[in-house]
Amino acid sequence: MLKVTRLSKHFHIGGNLLGRGKSTLRAVHDVSFEVAAGQTLGLVGESGCGKSTLGRAVLRLHEPTSGTVELDGRPVTGIDAKALHARRREMQIIFQDPYASLNPRRTILDTLMEPLDLHNISAPSERRARVEKLIEIVGLRKQALSRYPHEFSGGQRQRIGIARALTLQPKFIVADEAVSALDVSVQAQVLNLIRELQDEFGIAFLFISHDLAVVQHISHQVGVMYLGQMVELAEAETLFAQPRHPYTRALMSAVPVPDPHTESQRIVLSGDVPSPLSPPSGCPFHTRCPDAMPRCKEQEPDNHNCGTPEQAHWVRCHLYAPEQVGLQSSQDAHA
Amino acid sequence: MSEPLLKVRDLQVEFHTDKGVARALDGISFDVMPGETLGIVGESGCGKSVTSLAILGLIPSPPGRIVGGQILFQGQDLLSLSEREMRKVRGRDIAMIFQEPMTALDPVFTIATQMGEVLRRHQGLTRKQARQSAIDWLARVGIPSPERRIDDYPHQLSGGMRQRVMIAMALSCEPKLIIADEPTTALDVTIQAQVLEQIVKLSQDLGTAMMLITHDLGVVAQTCHRACVMYCGKLIEQSATGPLFAAPAHPYTAGLLASVPRIRTQRLDSLPTIAGTVPDLLHLPRGCRFVERCGQAIDLCHSAHPPLQVDEHSGHELACYNPVQGEAR
Repeated sequence: MLKVTRLSKHFHIGGNLLGRGKSTLRAVHDVSFEVAAGQTLGLVGESGCGKSTLGRAVLRLHEPTSGTVELDGRPVTGIDAKALHARRREMQIIFQDPYASLNPRRTILDTLMEPLDLHNISAPSERRARVEKLIEIVGLRKQALSRYPHEFSGGQRQRIGIARALTLQPKFIVADEAVSALDVSVQAQVLNLIRELQDEFGIAFLFISHDLAVVQHISHQVGVMYLGQMVELAEAETLFAQPRHPYTRALMSAVPVPDPHTESQRIVLSGDVPSPLSPPSGCPFHTRCPDAMPRCKEQEPDNHNCGTPEQAHWVRCHLYAPEQVGLQSSQDAHA
Repeated sequence: MSEPLLKVRDLQVEFHTDKGVARALDGISFDVMPGETLGIVGESGCGKSVTSLAILGLIPSPPGRIVGGQILFQGQDLLSLSEREMRKVRGRDIAMIFQEPMTALDPVFTIATQMGEVLRRHQGLTRKQARQSAIDWLARVGIPSPERRIDDYPHQLSGGMRQRVMIAMALSCEPKLIIADEPTTALDVTIQAQVLEQIVKLSQDLGTAMMLITHDLGVVAQTCHRACVMYCGKLIEQSATGPLFAAPAHPYTAGLLASVPRIRTQRLDSLPTIAGTVPDLLHLPRGCRFVERCGQAIDLCHSAHPPLQVDEHSGHELACYNPVQGEAR
């Protein structure tokens, strides 16, 4: 459904009038992935890793610096504004903060009708019926339509955000930290709703979150980002059962488990995430990596497939380079 | 058994709003023993932060008001102290760590100035001693090259570093009790792991008691000896962490634990949820506050709020007429 190829988004920061002294921030660098209809790709990573920028670049809310995006076999990148406007119907976004993303001075009806009016979809007389049906799908009552955003709780507002994303019957939705602001009991309700809607409408999701457990719950595939790069990408089950990249392993071990009896083998990373303005040379993770080798400092690793050709498990790490893997297995044989 | 360091008894706090009086805390009682880490968990609006503010005498008034109860710290009722006396307790005997270190640190002063002020005021150190002591503390919380970092302004530090500075500042006067309100919520998981480890280790080394206020059950499970679960201004369950997570007795605690997504080997089709939402404090249901969302409410639950009852044998406290039983536990 969605095919993203070698997408990059670089920001140019600072500099004088003539553009001298500008520095480049590689927010997203050389990222490729695909999402099938009815599937969810979960995107995890810490603050500043570029996951939100990636989500926006895919929708062209940020203009990508290079790379291509295709939806349903047709390009989204490289088309003019008018063509893009038409294509926007097929792709929607759900934001983190439902307070900030709903206009406080408009009723829910106005908010939900707007996209239908803008894209001139169905006869005006039918629009209201359509919106009424939608609000019931997301689990609110029809009466909610005449009310204003402040009259709803956070969870209800997020349901409205989801309803808005659904008005145009999109094929693809980016959910950017869509449940992060919600309390756990409500979060679980909204997560279940997203899964039900996906099953019903066959929507492809790019689900961005910092919370690994949430991502695992909702995703078919999971991508892990670090400093603008996708360091690991695999089927959700494989990734959580056998994380390969040292960063993914550390990230997973750092999640607090609500069970006092599990003594987790925590890999505590030293230091902070480096500034994306001056990323380390070679592999961006080498400064914090417990398994760093000399070459990690110098050479940027390629993507290596640790899975099978049918079920790819991409890891961007020197540990999985063919020569390194050969070396390790010969060492193992030696031992 | 030793005397509790902090005894909170029947604490009641009200907030006056345009729409009426909201009872944010309705008769909360608990103890903190010397050297122990007590977790206080609950969702937004349950009163966990109000509890910490009340102990520190920081409830904004108006609109807030402590209308009843006692807060006994080492036998002394903090509610009877004047603002001047309270100021001596805060920082020296009871220190606090807030969620957002950027707002808790003053942006226009360097770390040296801010930490120095605390040390000079409470420990009576000279300027030079205070600086040295501050550097030592920064080193202890794991800040690299503290002798340079100490002259930085808060904006020059990352979120994790800022939170470490807050911890260093809180610990520097060697308080007897630290109140940490969502200390790692704003941090990324890998940084959260570092910071939590640091807080736990240092408070153990110093024998400091800690009240850890959080919405994250995972954090509680990994750091606290005991935990109190709060709902809508009431304490509904209290127990040692082990039994609480293994066999939650209150339907809310059980529901909350079940609805936390966790990394599992098998993906679930859907997460268990708690129906409905937290009621508005101005329009609380009659009887138990959880009754409208509870799957196993009996008639009695609709008419009266269950009292908090203590199991003498295990020390487990529970406010529920129809708790989760045997098998399900």
